[in-house]
Amino acid sequence: MSSIDIVGPQLAVLLAAGVVLLIDALLPQQRRLLPFVALVGLAGSAFWSLSWAGRADWHPDAFGGTLSLDQYALFFYFLFAGITATVVLASVDWVNREGRGQGEYYALVLTTCAGLMFLSAARDLITIFLALELSSIPQYILAGWGKDQKSSEAGLKYLLLGAIASALLLYGMALLYGVTGSTLLDDIAQTIQTDGESYRSVLILAMVLMIAGFGFKMSVVPFQMWVPDVYQGAPTPVAAFLSVGSKAAGFAVITRIFFIALPATFLSDDWAMIFAVIAAASMTIGNVAAIVQTDIKRMLGYSSIAQAGTFLIGLAAISVHGDEFTLGASGVLLYTAAYAFTNLGAFVAVIAISQKIGSDQIKDYAGMWKRSPFLTVALAFCLVSLTGIPPTAGFWAKLYIFNAGLRADLAWLVIVGVLNSVLSAYYYLAVVRQMFLGDAEDGMTIRTTPSIGMALGAATLGVLVFGIVPMPLISAAESAVEIFAR
Amino acid sequence: MSIGIEHFLTVGALVFCLGLGIALSKRNAIGVLMGVELMLNAVNLTLITFSRFATSERPIAGHTFVVFIITVAAAEAAVALALAVSVYRNRETVDVDQFNLLRS
Repeated sequence: MSSIDIVGPQLAVLLAAGVVLLIDALLPQQRRLLPFVALVGLAGSAFWSLSWAGRADWHPDAFGGTLSLDQYALFFYFLFAGITATVVLASVDWVNREGRGQGEYYALVLTTCAGLMFLSAARDLITIFLALELSSIPQYILAGWGKDQKSSEAGLKYLLLGAIASALLLYGMALLYGVTGSTLLDDIAQTIQTDGESYRSVLILAMVLMIAGFGFKMSVVPFQMWVPDVYQGAPTPVAAFLSVGSKAAGFAVITRIFFIALPATFLSDDWAMIFAVIAAASMTIGNVAAIVQTDIKRMLGYSSIAQAGTFLIGLAAISVHGDEFTLGASGVLLYTAAYAFTNLGAFVAVIAISQKIGSDQIKDYAGMWKRSPFLTVALAFCLVSLTGIPPTAGFWAKLYIFNAGLRADLAWLVIVGVLNSVLSAYYYLAVVRQMFLGDAEDGMTIRTTPSIGMALGAATLGVLVFGIVPMPLISAAESAVEIFAR
Repeated sequence: MSIGIEHFLTVGALVFCLGLGIALSKRNAIGVLMGVELMLNAVNLTLITFSRFATSERPIAGHTFVVFIITVAAAEAAVALALAVSVYRNRETVDVDQFNLLRS
């Protein structure tokens, strides 16, 4: 019973997925209840996590050390429940219009959420692989869910590249298992600490392969080719889910692996360097490519590559020694949360606008201020947060992560980051300018449906509240990474 | 000459590289999938080898890992073929070179 309690948050979500499927099959008249059931499941999961947070009774090595229930996992449980709830709300209109397979759609979204939660709690290579696939396979299907050709093409492309990435990841894990003789992250850390130096080259090869595998999930250079294509082709609510859910999970698991299993000094200097180079390349390539985009979904795709580069500054900052060892990791968590609110908000606004005007072209957003002040202000606010201008959550996250970079003597990387922020302001604010100052060809006002309004309101409120009072989020992120303290 | 751990590992590494080469160079989506299957089986071989020659107290972990990889690979292949059929219905081709609807 106590072990079931430990995976309660995931089970609540999976149970909701089952109920959704049953309702869809047995009570076809009650289909409009489906999103409601999904939301109830997610709320149950969040309450279960809340009760664990209240009990503060941590189980770092449940299930024979393969899963852990700690502050770090709970931080991500809340984040994933919130992300998934927003995605469900944002999907309602699209799914109703699409008509077919409504139960399956919500069931797949919920299964992905459970996979992401397992991923953030996994402490063993086999569990990490299984959780990764539990979250990825439903996402491949979701990306190909739309009726049009573009969507199935996006789904197949995502799957093929994802399968290659998982194979690379698995080879890295096999090598890590081979040299350390265990799949448990703690045992791996111990073996490496005692006699890791003698097979340093194999460990570095394993690390590079694992970074390649997770780099695909996190969509960082040079594993970013799929991002703009899949975001453009996949249904927009699914693209929103991919852009925040799988990215956050990728960072959650890679941070855990590298901080728990591979923090040995003779290795961490190497991987900090690898992450620093990838971070600089992702920020620069993502931003330069985003500037020339005319399709807003592709623009957000390239911008998410650049944002992933900024996350990586936190991982590169491992070389801070002593008490501030975990500063980079808490920066990653803070940035993940702030980015999740902001990017979801931007995507939901794009969903609402594109559904009505039937176009994803940035030029068709001209004069949106006159057509829908609410959507325009919300989208503009999220884009300002993505740029990193106060008073938004994005500003504090950027400040925190740049500070971590400076403390780790990565001044060059922080300079690259700041220059890239300036560069990104150009294309984010170009959309804002277009919406406020452009002339609308068509003066028709755009009405938002209640579900979209709720999703957008929640995301924007999150960005605003944490922009004004960032301390609760910062202290949550800092206490979550206490598990890495030596 | 006796067959030792290095022989198994070499075969595994070779098959993995072959699979990666196929996956990256094939134009047909099904061909790419076959390359991925080769890569996964090379991983399985490597894991079994480490498990067999391991001196650790938990040699069974490698075997367990392989069973999970085989299962997940089957699930992934099922989804891949379904998506390939869906693309084929629309386009009458599964050539990855012909995937050109998504452009800026």
